[in-house]
Amino acid sequence: MENNLLQNAGPMLEKVNRRYFLRSAGVAAATGAFIMGCTLDDHNLPGEVVDLGTGDIGILNYAYALEQLEAAFYTQVMMSPYAGMTDEEKMILTDIMYHEIVHRQFFKAALGAAAIKGLTPNFDGIDFNSRASVLGAAKLFEDTGVQAYNGAGNLIENVNYLLIAGKIVSVEARHAAAIRDLLNPNSADFSGDDVVDPATGFDKAVKPGVILPAVQPFVKNTISGSGLPQ
Amino acid sequence: MNIFNILEQFEKFDGDAVERIGYTSRRFFFNKVSAKVAAAATPAFLASAMNKAYAQSSDAVEVLKFALTLEYLEDEFYKVGNDTAGLIPSMYKPVFMQISKHEDAHVKFLEKALNLTPGQNKPKFDFTVNKTYDTFTNFDTFVFLSHAFEDTGVRAYKGQAGTLINDPQILEYALQVHSVEARHASISRKILSKIRNNKAIKSWITLDEGSPAPVYKGSNSEATIVQAGANLLDLDLTGIPDTGDIRYKAATEAFDEILTKEETFAIAMPFIVP
Repeated sequence: MENNLLQNAGPMLEKVNRRYFLRSAGVAAATGAFIMGCTLDDHNLPGEVVDLGTGDIGILNYAYALEQLEAAFYTQVMMSPYAGMTDEEKMILTDIMYHEIVHRQFFKAALGAAAIKGLTPNFDGIDFNSRASVLGAAKLFEDTGVQAYNGAGNLIENVNYLLIAGKIVSVEARHAAAIRDLLNPNSADFSGDDVVDPATGFDKAVKPGVILPAVQPFVKNTISGSGLPQ
Repeated sequence: MNIFNILEQFEKFDGDAVERIGYTSRRFFFNKVSAKVAAAATPAFLASAMNKAYAQSSDAVEVLKFALTLEYLEDEFYKVGNDTAGLIPSMYKPVFMQISKHEDAHVKFLEKALNLTPGQNKPKFDFTVNKTYDTFTNFDTFVFLSHAFEDTGVRAYKGQAGTLINDPQILEYALQVHSVEARHASISRKILSKIRNNKAIKSWITLDEGSPAPVYKGSNSEATIVQAGANLLDLDLTGIPDTGDIRYKAATEAFDEILTKEETFAIAMPFIVP
């Protein structure tokens, strides 16, 4: 498991505090059968290959997959809050959970029949009883979301979809900064040099071909983005 | 990463870029210019040379110029704030130094992209708006303006994304700046919430709450709940309590909205000395 996580994570995880994940790897959190979507009958079986599709639909499914992952994560966080979660942390994590649910359901509705089915997450590497593990994972998911939307922007053909992506990515960036500030309050970390290049002041933009292998360890299904625009 | 050069990027999309710009050579843009050519190298000249060569990319140039005005404003605001002794409590200094570092980098990037010399197009700013605001003597006012500028920046950049859809590399750069503005907005709002002891101010924008009002309202109000034709409240929002206005607030927070160029200028104008 630990080796797998490391090998699969790729460059996206380089800057992330891997220890958050590795330290707790193997500690089975609440339940392994937590489902990301809504109903049981529309879920893929774990291990099944989920093809995101092509063109704009593929990119929307890509976003839907990431939002499923985030929404499932925060739902599990708030189902079993770690010991000592402060009121401020509770408020922030609950709000983020709400936002991610809205995003997930929006994409599901927007995609209609073209939507991929509900994915089955794999949060085995996250210790939901540990503040450091939960906030570390949150930081990873939010930064990854920002970088993924930034990288997907110029792969989108329809200007309305581009606008939607723009409306969501800034909220993900707000989340990322808020989470980072919980981990290291009042420091430069809210947009630290590890994610924002100090020379250019640019956040990262990362293409699906790099993002997907990085998030694969958190999903039991195999996600295929081979049809996505490059 | 290499500093962006606009012409170099254009060439990647279109190998004939240089030829189509006519007698203008790449060197011209790379500052190895003869005195004679330099005389003609005004921003207007460059913009017009690019406009002729690239009908669609003239839009991109306009977006970059617009962005630069906003970045000049933010950059000077934080530089003065950070340099004013006694204004920013030491516990918050690392935050505002980091923001300042980014705004400075954004200005340098955009000036380079537009082939401007440092400060060449910088307006003169008055952040007190004729002494209406005690901007640099009251930390509360400073943070208040900071959060307003950052939220404006987020919405303004977003408003230009569609214009850049045919300029993929510039679009990507703009998105990379856009999310940094959102990180700034998030932390600035968090600090404002703390120093005002007001939990209703969150890192994200709830409804169209906030001040000054034009930063949060406009033709695409932050209180919008219809996205791409779908009313978010009609979705299956299981997991979000269906009580009071919890879902409504969450739906507005989950999406940031755009400001048009005109709306953005109207917000910035009071801080610019004519």
